[in-house]
Amino acid sequence: MLLEVEGLCVNYGHIEAIRDITFGVEEGSITTLIGANGAGKTTTLKTISGLRKVREGRILFEGKDITHLPPYERVLLGLSQSPEGRGCFPGMTVRENLDMGAYVRKDARSKAYAQDLERVFHLFPRLEERVSQTAGTMSGGEQQMLAIGRALMAKPRLILLDEPSMGLAPKFIQQIFSIIGEINEQGTTVLLVEQNAAQALKRADTAHILETGEIVRSGTGAELAGDDSVRAAYLGGDV
Amino acid sequence: MNFDFLFNNFAELTVTGLAFGAIYALIALGYTMVYGVLQLINFAHSEVFMYGTFAALWTTMLLVGDTDVSTLRGIGVLLCSLVAAMAMSATIALLLERFAYRPLLKRNAPRLIALISAIGASFVLAELMGLRDRVAAWFGLDDNLSEYVSGARINRSMPSVLENKQLFPIGDYQVTSVDVLVIVSAIAMMVALDQFVRRSKMGRGIRATAQDPETAALMGVNATRAVQMTFLLGGLMAGAAAFLYMLKIETTKFDVGFLLGVKAFTAAVLGGIGNLRGALVGGLILGVAENWGSALFGSEWRDVVAFVLLVVILLFRPTGILGESLGKARA
Ligand SMILES: Nc1ncnc2c1ncn2[C@@H]1O[C@H](COP(=O)(O)OP(=O)(O)OP(=O)(O)O)[C@@H](O)[C@H]1O
Ligand SMILES: [Mg+2]
Repeated sequence: MLLEVEGLCVNYGHIEAIRDITFGVEEGSITTLIGANGAGKTTTLKTISGLRKVREGRILFEGKDITHLPPYERVLLGLSQSPEGRGCFPGMTVRENLDMGAYVRKDARSKAYAQDLERVFHLFPRLEERVSQTAGTMSGGEQQMLAIGRALMAKPRLILLDEPSMGLAPKFIQQIFSIIGEINEQGTTVLLVEQNAAQALKRADTAHILETGEIVRSGTGAELAGDDSVRAAYLGGDV
Repeated sequence: MNFDFLFNNFAELTVTGLAFGAIYALIALGYTMVYGVLQLINFAHSEVFMYGTFAALWTTMLLVGDTDVSTLRGIGVLLCSLVAAMAMSATIALLLERFAYRPLLKRNAPRLIALISAIGASFVLAELMGLRDRVAAWFGLDDNLSEYVSGARINRSMPSVLENKQLFPIGDYQVTSVDVLVIVSAIAMMVALDQFVRRSKMGRGIRATAQDPETAALMGVNATRAVQMTFLLGGLMAGAAAFLYMLKIETTKFDVGFLLGVKAFTAAVLGGIGNLRGALVGGLILGVAENWGSALFGSEWRDVVAFVLLVVILLFRPTGILGESLGKARA
């Protein structure tokens, strides 16, 4: 297991946001967390990245206990996240945002870096057209592409994506998911949080369903996609 | 209103106003950067400046004594004072961050609480300087250091090191070497800071933290380091301001920080708080306006002019002249 989450509990004041969450992410896989609004998906990802305090439980990355490491040290270990919503730095240009994604890399002038930048531009040609535009003035969808491109620039071992398809046009949603598949094939392990359960389950090796802070179902993507109760609750009845 | 006085001395009022404004601007950078990153008014920044003036004073006293010095030696002494002032101010700024703010912000204390802590720290620092004779006595050092700690509550003057030469005339005012030195070096420091924040990796980390601290952490920015760096840079600038102030004014006192701090903060708000270039613009405008205003209305109205100007500008541009914050500005 690349990532192991064991009995994780996180509170906001007295409110329990997640309770006794346990799951693992296999190296090389795509794992997805799906669930309704407020189920605790974002909280789970933020906690894995070190932005929320763990009340109980542990987080292991490559077997190493990272439960109490500060966020930036987790990034150094190879854990990168594209946060929910427009997580771009609004006052920075597109290029500066991409450079921020590579903040922990020390090879900013190397060929590999230029190639990674090239790859992001290849995936999102719009970003290349707009490299010197201030991110805050871009459309919501463009900012979403930038956030994903930025997470790729970190060259992480594990990438956490919080609703990457949010705010994108239907045609582009399809494209985002194939890009996620591509990223995964190139060797990056993916932990994906999605509202778009149909697409997420189709791509995922393993899926977990969160309800009010707890994991209520787990299985392979195909298993859950084929399950009647899951279809009724998360897939709008038919796929 | 005394228009004749303003017109007859226009060049002098403007040049000395710019020199003062440059000093305000350097101090304003500290307020503006800390505000940009933490949304916190570092009320004790005035004391960061004040300690710098004393570092410059003491270093000069130590190196010069009562003797006259050659020009070359004089330049060396001034450089040492500059370094000492910057080191002292940076140290005080870092101590403030470590002991007055970090423990509170770690616990997610409201900014209001941090402001109270800042005000407290400001008084403690000012009074420690104002009671430095007694502090020295605690350690039994009052005899050895009497030259430095005596007259703790009155103005202390800096020995003059270099002759203030008249360089060239503008109108009927002879611009002095101190005027030029203050304006040129202040602007050079600000350009250097601006470039650092714009281009260096650390600068990018600071801007990212200012715009969105959580996302910055997700990119691998060490938030504590970014905040420390912000205080360090603000402290270095305040130290440079302190040195230039001592060149121009030549005396200091334990409470010298208060009014200067308030003026510099005004300059920061005037230019657009959180905006580095705004600090420069705000500082220069404030310095010149004060001089013109006190020529028109009489020097006792100097501070009134400064604050009326602030209110008027904010009425028309609530976010300051250049607006935007450290985060949003592309700087
Ligand atoms: N900063 C916060 N302070 C207090 N409560 C919070 C905070 N952030 C989240 N919560 C609460 O924690 C619970 C889980 O929120 P979370 O953001 O993890 O949900 P989510 O599954 O990501 O939802 P969505 O699909 O809408 O993004 C919710 O009840 C939410 O109201
Ligand atoms: Mg969410």
